[in-house]
Amino acid sequence: MDNIAGTKSSLTWAVHISVALLVILWLFPTVGLFVSSFRTADQISSSGWWKALFPTEQSLVVRAAGADAQELQNGVYVIEGNLFTGENLPEGIDMSAWGTSSRDVGAYAPGDTAELRRGGTITVEANGDYRIESAEEIGGNRGQRVFVTAELPPDFTLANYEQVLFSGDRTDSMAKAFFNTLTVTIPATIIPIVIAAFAAYALAWMDFPGRALLIAAVVGLLVVPLQLALIPLLKLHLNIGIGKGYLGTWLAHTGFGLPLAIYLLRNYMVGLPRDIIENARVDGATEFQIFTKIILPLSFPALASFAIFQFLWTWNDLLVAKVFLIDATGQTTVMTNQIVELLGTRGGNWEILATAAFVSIAVPLLVFFAMQKYLVRGLLAGSVK
Amino acid sequence: MNPAIQGLVTIAIGVGGCLAYFYFSNQLLDKVVFPARGTNAGKNINRANMVRPWLFLLPAILALGLYLAYPVFETIRLSLTDRDQGGAFVGLANYQQMASEPKFWEAMRNNMLWLIVVPALSTAFGLLAAQLTDRIKWGNIAKSLIFMPMAISFVGAAVIWKLVYDARPPGTEQIGVLNAVYVWMTGNDPQQWLTIPIWNSFLLMIVLIWIQTGFAMVILSAALRGIPEETIEAAIVDGASPLQIFFKIKIPQIAGTIVVVWTTITLVVLKIFDIVFAMTNGQWETQVLANYMFDKLFRANDWGVGSASAIVIMLLVTPILVWNVRNARKEMR
Repeated sequence: MDNIAGTKSSLTWAVHISVALLVILWLFPTVGLFVSSFRTADQISSSGWWKALFPTEQSLVVRAAGADAQELQNGVYVIEGNLFTGENLPEGIDMSAWGTSSRDVGAYAPGDTAELRRGGTITVEANGDYRIESAEEIGGNRGQRVFVTAELPPDFTLANYEQVLFSGDRTDSMAKAFFNTLTVTIPATIIPIVIAAFAAYALAWMDFPGRALLIAAVVGLLVVPLQLALIPLLKLHLNIGIGKGYLGTWLAHTGFGLPLAIYLLRNYMVGLPRDIIENARVDGATEFQIFTKIILPLSFPALASFAIFQFLWTWNDLLVAKVFLIDATGQTTVMTNQIVELLGTRGGNWEILATAAFVSIAVPLLVFFAMQKYLVRGLLAGSVK
Repeated sequence: MNPAIQGLVTIAIGVGGCLAYFYFSNQLLDKVVFPARGTNAGKNINRANMVRPWLFLLPAILALGLYLAYPVFETIRLSLTDRDQGGAFVGLANYQQMASEPKFWEAMRNNMLWLIVVPALSTAFGLLAAQLTDRIKWGNIAKSLIFMPMAISFVGAAVIWKLVYDARPPGTEQIGVLNAVYVWMTGNDPQQWLTIPIWNSFLLMIVLIWIQTGFAMVILSAALRGIPEETIEAAIVDGASPLQIFFKIKIPQIAGTIVVVWTTITLVVLKIFDIVFAMTNGQWETQVLANYMFDKLFRANDWGVGSASAIVIMLLVTPILVWNVRNARKEMR
């Protein structure tokens, strides 16, 4: 609407640049985690993720072949080979320096010959070819350690995802937590919708004393912090024998989600055209028929909005799961809890953390991008009047 | 039983049970209790219609009552009793004990800081993003990218930002963006940002601002688009500058929406738990009320003081609750 008066083009450029900056600023942290989840532990700790997209100079530790590879050539014991074979490295590495001690990893240039501490000499070429010579028989069964500094091309791996999803290692495994989260989420999304839809219809289209009071109560309960509900409900669950488990969690999520569900659905249903409902009543449809045949199909957008909210909320929840679900055995851990535990036990292992976090973020992001329209609509209905 | 199957069974029982309840209770009402037949047909229809709303509402009222209303009163009761003395009434002793703990006051101070900083900055950034993205063609893409953190869990966001704040020993390559920039710009040693009081609280707030800005942007952008064009055209004709239009014409017209956004984010802030729990767990003076409460309940096992701190959160929420209810009632009339 601002171009009515002919906005200056310089200003338009300023807008484009500011928005681009804002978007980059907002995306940057997430992209960092995403890129990190495809890097190995060594790569993550040796350079910032923003450098992962370009070739980087890295220090590697590689080993020459062991003593059993030696041959006697003209009275000299020799081991020959290439340092990079069997090291799971990209091809065509061109090293810039190497060394034999961790105290000075870049002591020699390619082509130099170094004295070995246990006797003999080693020569390393830029492409990784090496030659160890010794007058006496070479002992020890492990090969000589060589530190190599080389420019490595960008290199990404799926190994972290394999480790996190399929390794079966109990402390790292997200696979089980993933299914547990799914098990919590789906019933906790569907059940409140059914209960709330009927209640919302009654509050929107039926006349009865106390209706206004009930609506006010729902609005009030909308903001009650669920922190208040933790102990009383845990006590209740323990007393009636539900204990900690899925059933209690489903019930809790249902209870906590209901006010928003009723509020959103009622606001939407009130806006449906009065004629349709009254005509149906005149034609002799029962309230139950009106609800299932007319109201429910027409309310689909509102139902979808709430379903997305509740799905995101239960999927991302930590508190309710910690209080009502996860017991001492840890069999029912959810992804958010698993990640918090990884933060504690493997705080420095960014490759595991980043991957685990991304596994848990992936599903909500998919839902978000697929159903953004309904999410926005729900937000607008839920807060703007 | 496998939890997944248990889940499916629960969906079937839950949904089927609800539908069956609604169907059969209606049938019962219409056919058996108040049949629309015989001499009392008319009277019975009216009676049935008086009862029916309550049939529709019953499951919701039960669930709301049990899972939200009852806990409020039970928590008030628990905050006045002591679990170690077999639940004996101890008056305000729990509150006194809480008030004597420095950690509680630290949590209060931090919560107040959060309450000022997070809603203000989220709303400001949201307004800026809404105003800017509405003017360009690729605005919708930009919007959905800024909005995206809404879908990310607080725990996921905590991991994302912990990587940003990460610190490596001096002299080595920094893998956290913040330290990389800091070392590059100042040449100082990298800092363990999350352990430096006050700064660390602000760094935690940035995480929530990052998440909530998208929400503010979406709502404010809808409000901005709802402004009648005549008002802006009139201002342009009168020679107002773009800044004047924004601050003197647009802002006053969406003031109501700004308040709604502000209070909604305030509610989120009051209950903030996951971010602090996952990133610092209240160490290094970053404690907040909800995490303090969780500590008391499940680490110290002190239900009395835990409930008392829950009541403090409730008291802080109450003004918004009253305001919301009054607004809702005004609209009903």
